[in-house]
Amino acid sequence: MKRFSNFMDSFGAILLAVVWIAPLLFAFWAATHSTSDAVNLRLFSPWTLENFRVAWYGAPWLKYFINTFSLVTVILIGQFILVTLAGFAFAQLKFFGKDFVFILVLMQLFILPEVLIVENYAMVSRLGLFDTILGVGMPYMASAFGIFLMRQAFKGVPIELHEAARIEGCGLLGILWRVYVPLAKPTYLAYALVSVSTHWNNFLWPLIVTNSPETRPLTVGLSIFGAPENGVDISVISAATLMSVAPLLIAFLIFQRQFVQAFLRAGIK
Amino acid sequence: MSAHVNLERRRQAIYGWLLLLPALLLLSIFAFYPTMATLWSSLFSRGTRRNPVEYIGTGNYSELFADPTFWIVVKNNLLYAGVTIPVSIGIALAMALWANGKIRARSFVRTAYFTPTVLPMIAAANLWLFFYTPGLGVLDQIGSVFGLPSVNWLGQPETALWAIIIVTIWKEAGFFMIFYLAALQTIPEDLKEAADIEGTSRWTYTRRIVLPLLMPTTLFIAVNALINSVKLIDHLFILTKGGPSDASKLLLYYIWEMAFAFFDSPQAAAMTILVIGVLAIVAAVQFLYLDKRTHYQ
Repeated sequence: MKRFSNFMDSFGAILLAVVWIAPLLFAFWAATHSTSDAVNLRLFSPWTLENFRVAWYGAPWLKYFINTFSLVTVILIGQFILVTLAGFAFAQLKFFGKDFVFILVLMQLFILPEVLIVENYAMVSRLGLFDTILGVGMPYMASAFGIFLMRQAFKGVPIELHEAARIEGCGLLGILWRVYVPLAKPTYLAYALVSVSTHWNNFLWPLIVTNSPETRPLTVGLSIFGAPENGVDISVISAATLMSVAPLLIAFLIFQRQFVQAFLRAGIK
Repeated sequence: MSAHVNLERRRQAIYGWLLLLPALLLLSIFAFYPTMATLWSSLFSRGTRRNPVEYIGTGNYSELFADPTFWIVVKNNLLYAGVTIPVSIGIALAMALWANGKIRARSFVRTAYFTPTVLPMIAAANLWLFFYTPGLGVLDQIGSVFGLPSVNWLGQPETALWAIIIVTIWKEAGFFMIFYLAALQTIPEDLKEAADIEGTSRWTYTRRIVLPLLMPTTLFIAVNALINSVKLIDHLFILTKGGPSDASKLLLYYIWEMAFAFFDSPQAAAMTILVIGVLAIVAAVQFLYLDKRTHYQ
């Protein structure tokens, strides 16, 4: 009986797992077969890489890759700087008005940047940043979530280390750089993984603020490439889709444990 | 001595504000000011060449409430939230219980469940397009084996929103699973042993011991799922564009459409304020009510 229920558990779990990755597997299968074989589900038809070639020459993918790469890099650098400074102030300094400002920052956790697209678009245009990578990235740099995360991490640093560094003659910024930042490395790593995968995948805001292949990230490029008006067939779309998710997907499959830990650390505050 | 303490205090205040300055500046530009500006512009009419912008108070709001499309969109979004939240939580729980148990191929199973989380919504939509396309799609092909007629899943009002809902559940369930998985690993082994000695059935053990202990996690996930039901709309751009005849249109997509396709930003602003209002209520409920309810220890 027990054996049977164990078997049923394994069976159910694996069945659900297969259902769950079926869309990805089908896309992979469609991308590696000719369109007519794919739509007719001819399972034993020959393999081909032709779709990847067609997809690759169908849009400036290399440019899109570079754009997405610079976008996530710019955002991550901006976030690291702002979040480190603010997190440190909230965690280790005492000054009047701190608690009030902290509540203001927390409020931003609930006002999603996605909801403010209209005014943020006006602001980015006013700053002359429309259709620039910086314009896409800037609204995300002062991440309330990141500030909160770093504050928690810095609070866990023993005060003795802080005191010791001060006695050695280290200034406040020196202490931050030499004591706090190195000790918070795991948190930085977790935050970086979450930030990179969020912004690699972000769509609505980049769609609004970019207007040319020079700045367009992968997600926006992919949506234009796959638009029905362009009459691209399913095998080629599958190839393009796989191409654009490949870097993140491969990174995830290799560093799976770190990814899951990162999302957990970021979620459970 | 007291002069020294005073000096130290002042030094901390100066440093504190200087360190906060860059973050506060950007938060003001891209969060606080836009919120206020949205509220402000929702009170003014849309300027045209003949009619200049003028203050109309709640005019945009009453116009919005008189707009039948708005109510369709609200209803759609309520259904979207009402289905995706409980179903993805249920599936996430089942996934976690399985992935935590002694099953075969456990690491494959975990990876399969979590993989949709790292894919962009746009890519997910492209993958699912392959399933939904009438005649050629996988669903129709499977259906035709059993002699079922071809169904235009995305093209008819009765099924379009459901097709969208399924993609959302597929995307978020694996993400929620990891929180349950982490929570399950903190439940002490001896509870299970005690239950076994008592001869408790697995179902009773799950229902009476595991589920109550997972309650804080469930609430955390529920809040996230609720926020997602406002935020996750990217797949609409690929799969349905809100159609057919608004049957799958959701609030954020409608805001985008108002502002960037119909260029009616006062209407979009009014709708944005309503959404922010709902999110604020969620935040308040979470802080004031749920946090107290879920701490047993």
